[in-house]
Amino acid sequence: MPARRRIDRGFSGFLMVLFIAMALLAPIAVQAAEKLESLVTELGTAKLSKKQEVVDRMIATGAPEVIGILEALVGRDLYTRKSDKKVVIGRKAEGRQLLLIDPVTGAEIGLAGSRDVKRVKTNNKLRSSVKATMGSLTLMSPDPQRRLEAAQGLLKSDDLGMLPLLETALSKEEDPAVKDALVLAQASIRLQSDKAEDRLGAVGVLAGRTDPDSRVMLSRLLLKDGETWREPDADVRAAAEDALADMERRLQFWRTVEHLYQGISLGSVLLLAAMGLAITFGVMGVINMAHGEMVMLGAYTTFVIQEGFRAAAPELFGWSLAVALPAAFLVSALVGVAMERGCIRFLYGRPLETLLATWGISLILQQAVRSVFGPTNREVGSPEWMQGAMESVAGITLTYNRLYIILFSLCVLGAVLLVLKKSAFGLQMRAVTQNREMARAMGIPTGRVDAMTFGLGSGIAGIAGVALSQIDNVSPNLGQAYIVDSFMVVVFGGVGNLWGAFAGAMSLGVVNKLLEPWAGAVLGKILVLVAIILFIQKRPRGLFALRGRAVES
Amino acid sequence: MSLLQRLYAPQPQAQGKGRLASVILLTVLAAIAILVPLLNLTMPPGSALHVPTYLVSLLGKYLCFAMLALSIDLIWGFCGILSLGHGAFFALGGYAMGMHLMRQIGERGVYGHPILPDFMVFLNWKELPWYWYGFDIFPFAVVMALFVPGLLAFVFGWLAFRSRVSGVYLSIITQAMTYALMLAFFRNDMGFGGNNGLTDFKDLLGFDLQADTTRAALLAATCIALGGCYLMCRAIVASKLGRLIAAIRDDEPRVRFLGYRVENFKLFVFVLSAMIAGLAGALYVPQVGIINPGEFTPANSIEAVIWVAIGGRGTLYGAIAGGVLVNYAKTVLTGLIPEIWLFALGGMFIAVTLFFPKGLVGSIPAAVDWMKTKAGGGGGASSAPLAKEAGE
Repeated sequence: MPARRRIDRGFSGFLMVLFIAMALLAPIAVQAAEKLESLVTELGTAKLSKKQEVVDRMIATGAPEVIGILEALVGRDLYTRKSDKKVVIGRKAEGRQLLLIDPVTGAEIGLAGSRDVKRVKTNNKLRSSVKATMGSLTLMSPDPQRRLEAAQGLLKSDDLGMLPLLETALSKEEDPAVKDALVLAQASIRLQSDKAEDRLGAVGVLAGRTDPDSRVMLSRLLLKDGETWREPDADVRAAAEDALADMERRLQFWRTVEHLYQGISLGSVLLLAAMGLAITFGVMGVINMAHGEMVMLGAYTTFVIQEGFRAAAPELFGWSLAVALPAAFLVSALVGVAMERGCIRFLYGRPLETLLATWGISLILQQAVRSVFGPTNREVGSPEWMQGAMESVAGITLTYNRLYIILFSLCVLGAVLLVLKKSAFGLQMRAVTQNREMARAMGIPTGRVDAMTFGLGSGIAGIAGVALSQIDNVSPNLGQAYIVDSFMVVVFGGVGNLWGAFAGAMSLGVVNKLLEPWAGAVLGKILVLVAIILFIQKRPRGLFALRGRAVES
Repeated sequence: MSLLQRLYAPQPQAQGKGRLASVILLTVLAAIAILVPLLNLTMPPGSALHVPTYLVSLLGKYLCFAMLALSIDLIWGFCGILSLGHGAFFALGGYAMGMHLMRQIGERGVYGHPILPDFMVFLNWKELPWYWYGFDIFPFAVVMALFVPGLLAFVFGWLAFRSRVSGVYLSIITQAMTYALMLAFFRNDMGFGGNNGLTDFKDLLGFDLQADTTRAALLAATCIALGGCYLMCRAIVASKLGRLIAAIRDDEPRVRFLGYRVENFKLFVFVLSAMIAGLAGALYVPQVGIINPGEFTPANSIEAVIWVAIGGRGTLYGAIAGGVLVNYAKTVLTGLIPEIWLFALGGMFIAVTLFFPKGLVGSIPAAVDWMKTKAGGGGGASSAPLAKEAGE
C-alpha cells in the first residue's frame, strides 16, 4: 500500500524537514508560531479555494509532521471523523475498516468504518500544487534519491517562484545526477518566463545536453498554434533550432558509439567462438562442423555447475563461473580429443570428408544433449557483478555483461597466443604444422600433438560456451547458431592466424551492428554474408593468408 | 598412365557396368511410373495389391530427393566441387512452382482476393509485386524453376571459379549462400510468405492436387524427369566432356596447363546441376503441398550430401539409390523412435566417411570383383575411376 510507504518516508524525513525549517523557511516564517494542530483541523473544514493557503501556512510551521500530512492529503488518505470533526489519517485495515492515525502525534487512535469518516476534499489543482510544493521541500533531503525524484518532479512545474529555491539547492548540491536534474528543472521553469532573455538563457543551458527531456522542451519551442508561434521571440526560436541541430549531431555520435560497442561485443563473441576454429581449421586443416557443439557443451557445463552451486552452496553462486570455466574447457577438450583419436585422425588430408564426419558427430552430440537435458532452453544465471549497465550521457546503455565478455575474449586471445608462442607445446604444434615429417624425425610425437591441438581448439570453444551462456539461450541448437558465423570469421580473417580471427571477428561484428540501424538485423546479416562472398573473390585466402598443413587444397 | 592417356583411353569395363546399372535403374523407374499408379487407381483399397495414396506421394517425394542427390553427385562426384548449398537451388525451384500454385488458387483463398495470395492480403499488400508477374502461366513457372537456380548458380559460380575459390572455401561460401537466402526468405516483406512459406494449394493445370489421379500423374512425371536427368548426366559423364570434368576433379592445375578454361567447365556443370536441383524442387512442391524457408537451412543441404555419400559418390545411380534409401530410413526411424533418427543419421555420416568412402552402392563393383577373384575368375580390379579423393 503506497500510502503507508509515503507516511513512513514522511517520518524518516524528520531531519530533512528540520533542515528546511532552519535553512529555508526560517527567514520567511511569519506564521511559524501557529499550532499545527489547529491548522490541520482548519484543513478539514476550509473551503477548497482556501485550502492552498492553509497548506502554505502548515509548511511555514516547519514541523516535521507536515510532510506526512500533505502526503496523506495528496494520496486521499486524509479524513474528517464525523463524531468530533477531528482530522485523521486513515489507512486501509481489515474488511472495510480504516485504521485511524493522529496526524500530529502519529499515534494509532482506533478503527472506524468508512461511514464514520469523510474524506477531506481536494481537487486536481490543489493536489498537483501540493505535490510541487512537497517536491521543493524534498529538494533538501539528505537522501540523494529523494532529491533526484524531487528535481525530476519539478520538470512538470511552471512555477517561476521555485527558481530561487532551485538556485539555493543547486549551489548546495554535490551529487552529479541530482545536479543534472536540477539544472534541467531550472531550465524547464525558466522557459516559462515572460522575459525573452530568460528563455534564451534556458535554451543555452539545454543546448549543451542530449537527454530526451531537453529535446522535447526545445522542440516544443518550435511548434505553432495555428499561425502564431508558441515561442514569440525569433531569437529564442533560432537558438532552439541551432541547439536542436547540434543535439542531433551529438546524439548521432553517441548512437554510433553505442553501435560500435555492440559491434565490438558481438565481435568478441564471434572471436571466442572462432578462436578454437582458427586452431582446428586453420592450423590443422580439419573442418570441424561439430565446433558449434563444443561451444554448446561448454554452455551446458556452465548450467550443470550452476545447478550444483544452487543445490550445495547458494551463497557462493558468484563463483560458479570461475569453476565453470576450467570445467567447460576440460569437458570440451576431452570430447575433442576423443573425436580426434576416434575419427578425425583417419581423415587427415581429406578436408571434405572431415566435414561430413564431424557433421555427423555434431548431430549425435546435439541429440545426446537433447535427450539428457530436454529440448527447451536452460536458464543460466549471471553473478551479480555481471548484471546492470552503465548509462551514458545520451540515454544509451552499455550493459556490463557485454563489457566483461569483451575483456574476457581479449584475455583468452592473449592466453592462447602465449600458449602458441611461448610454451613447449605451442612450439611442437607449430613444428608439426609446418613440417610433419621433420617434426617426427626430431622426436615429436605427432599423433599426440594432433590430439592435444584438437583438444585445445575444442577447449577454447567450451570456454566460449561459458561466455555465451551469459548472453544467449542455452539450448541444443546453440552451436548451430554460431557455426556459420564462426567459419565466416575464420575464412574472412585468413586461415590459421589468430590475429586474422581477431580482425575478422571484430570487423564482422562492427560492420554487422553498424549496418543494422538502416538495413535491419536480417538484411544487415545478409549484406555481410554477401560482402564476405565477394571478398573471398578478391582474397581467396582471407585477410591474413598463412600457410598451414592442409590449407592448400 | 599419363593424364592424356587416361582421358582418352577406352574404359569398356567401367562403361559396361554403368550400362547394366543404367538399365536396372531405368527399368525400376519405368516400373514405378507405370505399376504404382496402376495399382493405386485400379485395385480396390482392400486388395493386397493396392498401393495406398500416401505411399504414392511418399515415393514421389523420395524420387524428388533422389533427383537432388543426382544433381549433387554430378557436381561433387564428377567435378569434385562439394556444394553445401544445393538445398537452396532445390528450394528456389520449389518456390517457383509454389508461386504458380499460389496463383492457381485464384478466388478460392481464405480472403477470396482474385489476384493477391492470402498472405499478401493479410499483410495489407495492395498489388502483386513485379516478380510474381507471369507465374500464373505454367510454362513460365517451369522455366523459372530452372532459370532462377541456374542464374544464381551462374553468378555465384562465375565469381567463385574465376577467382579459383575451391575445396573447403567453396563449400563454406555455398553454405553461407543458402544461410543468407534462408534469412531473406524468413522475412515477411520479401513477398514469399515469410516463415509460413507457400501452402494451401488447390490444383495444378486444372487438376485437383488431392485427387489420386493427379498424385499418380505427378509420380509418373517425377519418374520421367528423374530418368531423363539421369540419362542426360550419364551422357555427359560418358562423353569427352565428362572425362575432362573428371580430370578437373583429379588434377585441376594439369588440366589448366593443357590449355582448358577450367572455370568454364566447372561453371557449366555447376549451373546444370543447380537446374536439376531446381527441377527436383519444382516437382517436390505439388506433391508435399508446401514450400517454406526451412528448405534453405544449411542442415538440409548437408543432409542431401550424405545421401550421395552413402549411395556412392561418382556413380550416378548410387546417388539416386542413396537419396531413396536414406529418406526411407528416415521415414521408418522417425516413425518408430524420433530421437533415434539424429543418432542414426550422424552415425551414417561417420561410418560412410570412415568405412565406405565410395558409398554403399559404389562399393558393389569392388565387392563383385573381390568375389570373382575369390572364385578364381580373375577379372579386372579397376572400377569406376575415382582416382583421387576430391579436395585432396
